Amino acid sequence: MTTEHLSKTPLHALHLELGARMVPFAGYDMPVQYPLGVMKEHQHTREQAGLFDVSHMGQIRLTGANATKALETLVPVDIIDLPVGMQRYAMFTNESGGILDDLMVANLGNDELFLVVNAACKDQDLAHLQKHIGDQCTITALFEERALLALQGPAAVTVLTRLAPDVAKMTFMQFNRVSLLGVDCFVSRSGYTGEDGFEISVPAAEAEKLARALLAEPEVQAIGLGARDSLRLEAGLCLYGHDMNTETTPIEASLLWAISKPRRADGARAGGFPGAEQIFAQQQNGVARKRVGLLPRERTPVREGAEIVNEAGETIGSVCSGGFGPTLGGPLAMGYLDTAYVALDTPVWAIVRGKKVQMLVSKMPFVPQRYYRG
Amino acid sequence: MSELRFTEDHEWLRTEADGSVTVGITAFAQNALGDVVFVQLPELQAYEKGAEAATVESVKAASGVYMPLDGDVLEVNPALQDAPELVNEDPLGEGWFFRFQPSDAAAVGKLLDQDAYDRLIKAQAEA
Repeated sequence: MTTEHLSKTPLHALHLELGARMVPFAGYDMPVQYPLGVMKEHQHTREQAGLFDVSHMGQIRLTGANATKALETLVPVDIIDLPVGMQRYAMFTNESGGILDDLMVANLGNDELFLVVNAACKDQDLAHLQKHIGDQCTITALFEERALLALQGPAAVTVLTRLAPDVAKMTFMQFNRVSLLGVDCFVSRSGYTGEDGFEISVPAAEAEKLARALLAEPEVQAIGLGARDSLRLEAGLCLYGHDMNTETTPIEASLLWAISKPRRADGARAGGFPGAEQIFAQQQNGVARKRVGLLPRERTPVREGAEIVNEAGETIGSVCSGGFGPTLGGPLAMGYLDTAYVALDTPVWAIVRGKKVQMLVSKMPFVPQRYYRG
Repeated sequence: MSELRFTEDHEWLRTEADGSVTVGITAFAQNALGDVVFVQLPELQAYEKGAEAATVESVKAASGVYMPLDGDVLEVNPALQDAPELVNEDPLGEGWFFRFQPSDAAAVGKLLDQDAYDRLIKAQAEA
């Protein structure tokens, strides 16, 4: 298989040196696992600390006095009152209320916002921003300029504190400029594993030096995309393009919590983002289907795309993400179900290789999140 | 113990003293699959060559295990139910999948021998 058309992150050579198995992902040649293997990489992250290369994700800077106000016209999230030094989860919606992408937004102060968007969506997100708010603020794509590392797990804070003592004071979703090894970085206390940890935006040219320094710490192992997926699934976190897309709204995706109170129908700055009417109508009148957690009652993993039926064998939904949870010690899934079936502990059946596998609608996260809230 | 035979789908076969044949997947196959978390074993019934007799679920994906020859499945490895990781830890031993009676006992000898299989995986690794 040729990989010449794939992009490479600044850590590509390091992945090969570490013996990673590389796969194409969102146009990049990325490590799916290292010699340790997905299962042990997953467990290592939950027990100590894992280092993930997430440089394929898109980093974008917005600058200008109107940047916060402008970005609010594209997301159902409170950006105007996002404090300096804080980060918030958001999503771009379309005119039907569907989700174009999900993202993190941080307020750097001095009329500067810092966005992290999904790799597969970054070019279209940039075009979307330029089209709608390009005349209201300066939009700078940092796709080639900066790398992104995630250091996740209970020992992440111990490790990063050795390089910068002040990061220990940060709490979940705080965002700071931090000097690491003499390099100016942006550090957030967040991630996508359900564990405490940090995401570190570092200039591309310095990324390998920082990654090597972190990997030299005894608690840290390099972790691939395979474990990243099982970790986020156990944490009940959505993966764009699988658990949500342009055909699903935040209400259907069970992401109402992410719509800030001031932007809701009864809020101080209600609406004013694409698809607001559709989303508010769904919030008021209900939706036909919703994303839920699902726990198979057998050991068989139930994978994305599996049809879900009721006791009578009628189709009532499908699985959007599924696999095996190493910490949970069993299979787990998320799926979209007809809302008549979304109550906790409702039995439903997935069709796996022609056989019915019973699952129970389950609360999420499947494994408790352990964010550091101070 | 007789010598092993192999299929291009990375299964190994070993003819037992009673003429039945034990089947598993090779070290190369388990390494490519990654951590095995579940094995769906065949029913005790006849399968045709090439039929999907078993399924291996790794943390990454599901993969079929195909019946290497026409025959009747006599026994499956009960240990894989609770310890699917045996497929990774001991693929040629305790990680065996099932035992079957081939319709044509001579057909086993026509499958790849160790040298031919080693050449096959070397060629695949270089591809």
